Amino acid sequence: MKLTGKAWKYGDNVNTDAIIPGRYLSTTDPKELAKHCLEDLDPTFASQVQTGDIIIAGKNFGCGSSREHAPLCLRAAGVSCVIAETFARIFLRNAINLGLPVLECPEAARAIQAGHRIEVELSTGQITDRDTGQIFQAKPYPEFMLKIIDAGGLVPHTMKQTNAAIGSGT
Amino acid sequence: MAMTLAEKILAAHAGLEHVSPGDFIEARVDMVLANDITAPLAIGQFQRLNVPGLFDRQRVALVQDHFAPPKDIAAANQCKLVRGFARQHGLAHYYEGGKTGGIEHVVLPEQGVVLPGEVIIGADSHTCTYGALGAFSTGMGSTDVAVAMATGRIWMKVPETIRFIYEGELQPWVGAKDLILYTISDIGVEGALYQAMEFGGPVIAAMGMDGRFTMANMAVEAGAKAGLFAVDDTTLDYVRRRTGRPFTVYHSDPDAQYALVRRYGVSQIEPQIAFPHLPSNTRPVSQAGHVPIDQVFIGSCTNGRISDLRQAARVLKGRQVDRQVRCIIIPGDATTYRQALVEGLIETFVEAGAMVGTPSCGPCLGGHSGVLGEGERCVSTTNRNFVGRMGHVKSEVYLANPAVAAASAILGRIAAPAEL
Repeated sequence: MKLTGKAWKYGDNVNTDAIIPGRYLSTTDPKELAKHCLEDLDPTFASQVQTGDIIIAGKNFGCGSSREHAPLCLRAAGVSCVIAETFARIFLRNAINLGLPVLECPEAARAIQAGHRIEVELSTGQITDRDTGQIFQAKPYPEFMLKIIDAGGLVPHTMKQTNAAIGSGT
Repeated sequence: MAMTLAEKILAAHAGLEHVSPGDFIEARVDMVLANDITAPLAIGQFQRLNVPGLFDRQRVALVQDHFAPPKDIAAANQCKLVRGFARQHGLAHYYEGGKTGGIEHVVLPEQGVVLPGEVIIGADSHTCTYGALGAFSTGMGSTDVAVAMATGRIWMKVPETIRFIYEGELQPWVGAKDLILYTISDIGVEGALYQAMEFGGPVIAAMGMDGRFTMANMAVEAGAKAGLFAVDDTTLDYVRRRTGRPFTVYHSDPDAQYALVRRYGVSQIEPQIAFPHLPSNTRPVSQAGHVPIDQVFIGSCTNGRISDLRQAARVLKGRQVDRQVRCIIIPGDATTYRQALVEGLIETFVEAGAMVGTPSCGPCLGGHSGVLGEGERCVSTTNRNFVGRMGHVKSEVYLANPAVAAASAILGRIAAPAEL
């Protein structure tokens, strides 16, 4: 699966309070949450992000709270993928579970500049900066996670497994 | 083969003789937790799974604490949804106000719902708090929790363990909060990313349960998956006073493999304060300089327990909160509140000019009951000082222990108790 979009670039430790501030958590409506996406870090983001855009960030992206509202609102805002040097572990799980692709690639995270056109081939983890022609290789997903991603998230993955278990029993 | 405490608990719950860091396992969970913010998403995902019911109604806990009592209509509707789900499924562990309610990470240990040797997952990052009991306890998202509510199982990658050893004599007014802030500033906010932290040494052996909860609570602020303590007489005494449920005690093998061992001589550590906007941005209070403040908050899952309130009361007793400062004190749960009443702490707080609130997460996440305005500064006993965490994007949060927070409330600026 190929993703293309414009890069938004941020630094280290982009935390979940920055992605979606606590004051907006009295709703679970993705569209409502998306209106405030990254508001305290970059007030221009929510109004200017285009469907397909890609976030490039430094270390420990998504640190802080376990709120799944964070990947949910990024996805609802139109973000197609997050590329970072490293991810906080709860955010990483949440993103995979919801089907928001996240790629660990320190080289790409450092080199890609804001506004560049980025292409990501999810099946291989290849990242291309179309403005510079540079090509990067993201860390491959462990097999365990690939199965969840292939199923479209943890809920469909679990349903598939549950059905398989029922099927094998009859 | 030798294993750490974390590895032993995970091996036992995966039905394996042995696990090593990096192994992917599917583990049985003993308790699954969500709160009023994360449960609504989890309930939605649970319903999508289309399963007949919970895997075990005794092993799912729901706590209304973040925006509870409901701060507005939207929050009330979320709380209502969670309450309805709890009733529908006959949850054994549902907490909303009353004699047992309060903040999830204060309530569950207090009610004996989480025990040593267990695997606990919660849709709240501070679920790592229960590592203080010698459990493997970690925060996850709502979807992970929904699947665990249905299946009683969860996939995990076995983390490496870092061991932290604390030796020496603690200085006056220095406690668990200072040790964990000092540790996070040493290793950084991603210093233990994907790893488990194991706390030990003579200082830890002498520490009470409340302090251990404080330290385990903030393991996630170093990026850790879990923060664990060895079970000892202090743990067993705490647990046996609260429940008769059986549990298994695991210990790290003496020759277990650690990714890193850090030793700290605590005698040199002063009360710490984390400046905006990261918990690792810590310095000794004596080097804070002149920082006037607008609010003090004493409470939360980090420092809302009875020992914390006793510390604050020792400082506030017979003194007055500066007239420029709102001083908000919120006991972590109803049990703590009642004990504080019995000991006269609440009277001390009100006499000193502090406001005492209903058990809730409230101000910690900028929810309610003490939200910061533009440019306001708060000394807080909570766990995060990110941009906008407690309110306006241009407000500032300084993290400290309850005694430092109380001293700051009296002097109207960041201050050490020794200055009074």
